[in-house]
Amino acid sequence: MKLRALFTLAASALLLFGFAVQSAQAGQKITIAAAADLKFALDEIVVLFGKAHPGDQVETVYGSSGKFQAQIRQGAPFDLYFSADIAYARALKAEGFAASEAQPYAVGRIVLWSPSRDAGRMTLTDLADPAIQKIAIANPKHAPYGKRAEEALKAAGVWEKVEAKLVYGENVAQTAQFVQTGNAQVGIIALSLALSPELAKQGGYTLIPDKLHQPLEQGFIITRHAAGNPLAQAFASFMAGKEARMVMTRYGFALPGEVK
Amino acid sequence: MESAFSSADLSAIWLTFKLAAVVTVILLLVGTPIAWWLARTRSWWKGPVGAVVALPIVLPPTVIGFYLLVAMGPNGPLGHLTQALGIGLLPFTFAGLVIASVFYSLPFVVQPLQNAFEAIPERALETAATLRASASDTFFSVALPLAKPGLLTASVLGFAHTVGEFGVVLMIGGNIPDKTRVVSVQIYDHVEAMEYAAAHWLSAGMVVFAFVVLLLLYTFNPTGKRK
Repeated sequence: MKLRALFTLAASALLLFGFAVQSAQAGQKITIAAAADLKFALDEIVVLFGKAHPGDQVETVYGSSGKFQAQIRQGAPFDLYFSADIAYARALKAEGFAASEAQPYAVGRIVLWSPSRDAGRMTLTDLADPAIQKIAIANPKHAPYGKRAEEALKAAGVWEKVEAKLVYGENVAQTAQFVQTGNAQVGIIALSLALSPELAKQGGYTLIPDKLHQPLEQGFIITRHAAGNPLAQAFASFMAGKEARMVMTRYGFALPGEVK
Repeated sequence: MESAFSSADLSAIWLTFKLAAVVTVILLLVGTPIAWWLARTRSWWKGPVGAVVALPIVLPPTVIGFYLLVAMGPNGPLGHLTQALGIGLLPFTFAGLVIASVFYSLPFVVQPLQNAFEAIPERALETAATLRASASDTFFSVALPLAKPGLLTASVLGFAHTVGEFGVVLMIGGNIPDKTRVVSVQIYDHVEAMEYAAAHWLSAGMVVFAFVVLLLLYTFNPTGKRK
């Protein structure tokens, strides 16, 4: 009766697993859904927060702001939502999916970034150069950084010349990865990513003048799912604190209260 | 009512069918010899080759997408080759998607063909040989006609599986209209932009397509009990 033994074993393993999952939940846990441009900055902030709240757990998920907004509407169990465009957070608030006001936390910037070319001296008009065959931007349809990139290219008067060379990342992090792997020569990505340790050692960047596009005003909410959750509240307050603001500044974000 | 599909949707549909058609033709040409060899050989290599062919069934599309992106990039082996040949780089191109899909859908063509070839009685092939049929004669006049149901299954599955591809395309496609923005990616974009009506039209279309294809396959090509 080998099969019977196997079934018994599988059933006991499943039971044990269940108990293990139960007992692992000491302390509290929150999950944050955040725009991909926050990947490095927010990871550092979560570590700092963890030191102040030992025993509690903060998990982060990164992706495009549009996707997370749709998922929260469908009841995704995220406790905080950091959008790259505060309008997305405001929309959730207006529809009753938030337990807090949409709070601005940063203003982002876009840069031209390239590991293979001297991006430090590049301007948007240089993108028309035939030597540049592929330019990566985030998808303007649903990624705020992509929308701003499109606006800047249009304002600089090069959109018609570069449109055929554009490839679209699902979010701004995938956009950077298209360039990092060399498959696109230049990308328009978030300054916060260009300043991350991983990308900073590989290439240079030029800030794109922010008068060429609408501001990348970013905002977060505590979701309805986390209403009354003290840890979510604590993290929201921590974002406004000195430690978190220092990290955000280091990653090139302008902060609320500092912006003109 | 407005037209259900925007022109962007229609071009995604056309592109998807073009991709699936090209991939299916290539897969039949590449997959048939592989399947024939796998079905007939007693070589030690049968196990390893069969396993490699089946890899895409098990591997997450992200693994395939990631390695293809790196391999076809300017510093990867495939990238070196295509650049040396003057083709340029393959990611974000239709040709790149074709190569990725050929690899990704390979097992769905090879395995039904291999099963069909294995089911051919040894005697049929031996008879052909005693009639002095050459190896290629035997293959084209005896083996292939006998494997016709397998050939049909292989074509349909190869085509349908390529239509259903998403993860690999997302990773190496770059979402370019008319070149790499296939239906599955277009649906994803509609959902992310909260254009649910447009997403519904395309998604429902995919469900109907998949059902009809499988229905035809199961109705006209019953496997299992044969007389």
